[in-house]
Amino acid sequence: MSEQHQHVKLPDGSIEKTTTTLNMGPTHPATHGVFQNILELDGERIVSADSTVGYIHRAFEKIAERRPLYQITPLTDRLNYCSSPINNMGWHLTCEKLLGVKTPKRVDYLRIIVMELARISDHLICNSIVGVDAGAYTGFLYVMQYRELIYEIYEEVCGSRLTTNIGRIGGFERNFTNTAFTKLEKFLREYPAVLKEFENMFMRNRIFMERTMGTGGISAERALNYGFTGPNLRATGVDYDVRAMNPYSSYEDFSFNIPVGSTGDNYDRWLVREQEMWESLGIIRQAYEKIQEFKGADAEVYHANVPEYYLPKKEDVYTKMEALIWHFKIIMGEVEMPAGEVYHSVEGANGELGFYLISDGGRAPFRLHFRRPCFIYYQAYPEITQGSMLSDAVITMSSLNLIAGEMDA
Amino acid sequence: MPLTNETITKKLTEHFGDQLTDIEEPYGLLTFTAPKDLNLKVMQFLYDDPELKFRFLTDLTGVHFPDRKGGELAVVYHLHNLEDNVRLRFRIFTDIAKPDVFTATSLFSAANWMERETYDFFGVNFVGHPNLKRVLNVDEMDYFPMRKEYPLEDQTRTDKDDEMFGRGGHIGI
Repeated sequence: MSEQHQHVKLPDGSIEKTTTTLNMGPTHPATHGVFQNILELDGERIVSADSTVGYIHRAFEKIAERRPLYQITPLTDRLNYCSSPINNMGWHLTCEKLLGVKTPKRVDYLRIIVMELARISDHLICNSIVGVDAGAYTGFLYVMQYRELIYEIYEEVCGSRLTTNIGRIGGFERNFTNTAFTKLEKFLREYPAVLKEFENMFMRNRIFMERTMGTGGISAERALNYGFTGPNLRATGVDYDVRAMNPYSSYEDFSFNIPVGSTGDNYDRWLVREQEMWESLGIIRQAYEKIQEFKGADAEVYHANVPEYYLPKKEDVYTKMEALIWHFKIIMGEVEMPAGEVYHSVEGANGELGFYLISDGGRAPFRLHFRRPCFIYYQAYPEITQGSMLSDAVITMSSLNLIAGEMDA
Repeated sequence: MPLTNETITKKLTEHFGDQLTDIEEPYGLLTFTAPKDLNLKVMQFLYDDPELKFRFLTDLTGVHFPDRKGGELAVVYHLHNLEDNVRLRFRIFTDIAKPDVFTATSLFSAANWMERETYDFFGVNFVGHPNLKRVLNVDEMDYFPMRKEYPLEDQTRTDKDDEMFGRGGHIGI
């Protein structure tokens, strides 16, 4: 590796005799994940950067070619594991598009609650980690206990915290319990004050501003050319949000703003994420209100009526003939699968998360490809760190919200 | 006037004649097949045309169709016109024995790693790519794992010795 870098030219006027090669990663506290950056430094400034990824490649696309659709959900958990529910829902929606399943409104709203909670937890991690890399550890530790409240809601809904495997094709595996709603109410009640306090700690903090403003910036044009999506693109001033452009899961029923920045630097990315958390809170409140409007039998709906794709309740399998038949057919792969080619994308926490699925009518996909946003935008890292200080490049890396699990699939 | 699939199809057929085939709209997404030599020309046309403006590369990936003789490998492009919010998909097929395809890196910086990934897993040789080497797999790998001739391990196999992994010797899994 190193020979090729010895020829990196020092910038004119440099007082150094030669560039210094610095390996950041694969296991480095600043990468927050397993990937490597080989930096060529002129003193403390970066001349060139080269990234090596793939250390935790787990061949999900290959594995998916042997698995029935419902067994692929746990694979999607392990992409962006800071917001697994969004990946899970994106996958269910892709399957539902292929299978032609229409979900009831209540399911859509419940999904939106889960997805927006996931977005908050993801942004919360990212923004507080940016703080950590700038030297402010307190915010990170403080907000962690509020991410815990979100994880407790997941736990109540699906029994799991990080790799959630939440929901099923057609809806949820079970209805939300009253405890889940109580926990949601607690979160909605307590979180705004915390977020405000977190914001106060950073937003107008002079040290934080000087560390992040004007570093790691990218123009809108370059960002689009690099395939940026999500908060990183919006920080450059482009208001592209899948939730608004191609609404899925009834996002069209909600009113929310799309925050945008202007310079695309670390500070703008941070601000966009911060504002998105407020918007997400608004969406959750609206969804919760809408859910409370359902009365009678409608208030108990948690999955679509598609027995051929939705696994029946276990107790029904033991006691009802029809449920047993469907259970058997789904598990043994006796259900008709349509052949087709589907691309579906959702607004993941760090960008457009797409699923490209080709089905040949078999029970497993013929081909499944994940459009993983951070794999695509991480290519820009050498360009946006060129000429910047090493310590700024560390902040840039965390503010791009790179998740090694998603990058490597 | 909103940009519709009909308008796009009309403009494309006007420009490329009958070279674009299999024009269909599965799940509402305009899809077509282009000859492999034309992939760049099609993308450039879609990029430059003042009405079409497909200037965002959403996704680029490969597919292996072992039964499609002479065009076993497909490269699939998903493009997006962000102004009018229209997407389209097109694919090209290439012979697996000579999988040379023009690179899209000159048009989209995003294509760099996506093409490296496609090379890494399918062995598509992107002609003109600035740095075509493996991206997720190890450099020493000498095959392209997403091709269909490499099936996943049969989970019922019994010949595997798992003793070292605490799984009780002769029992398979």
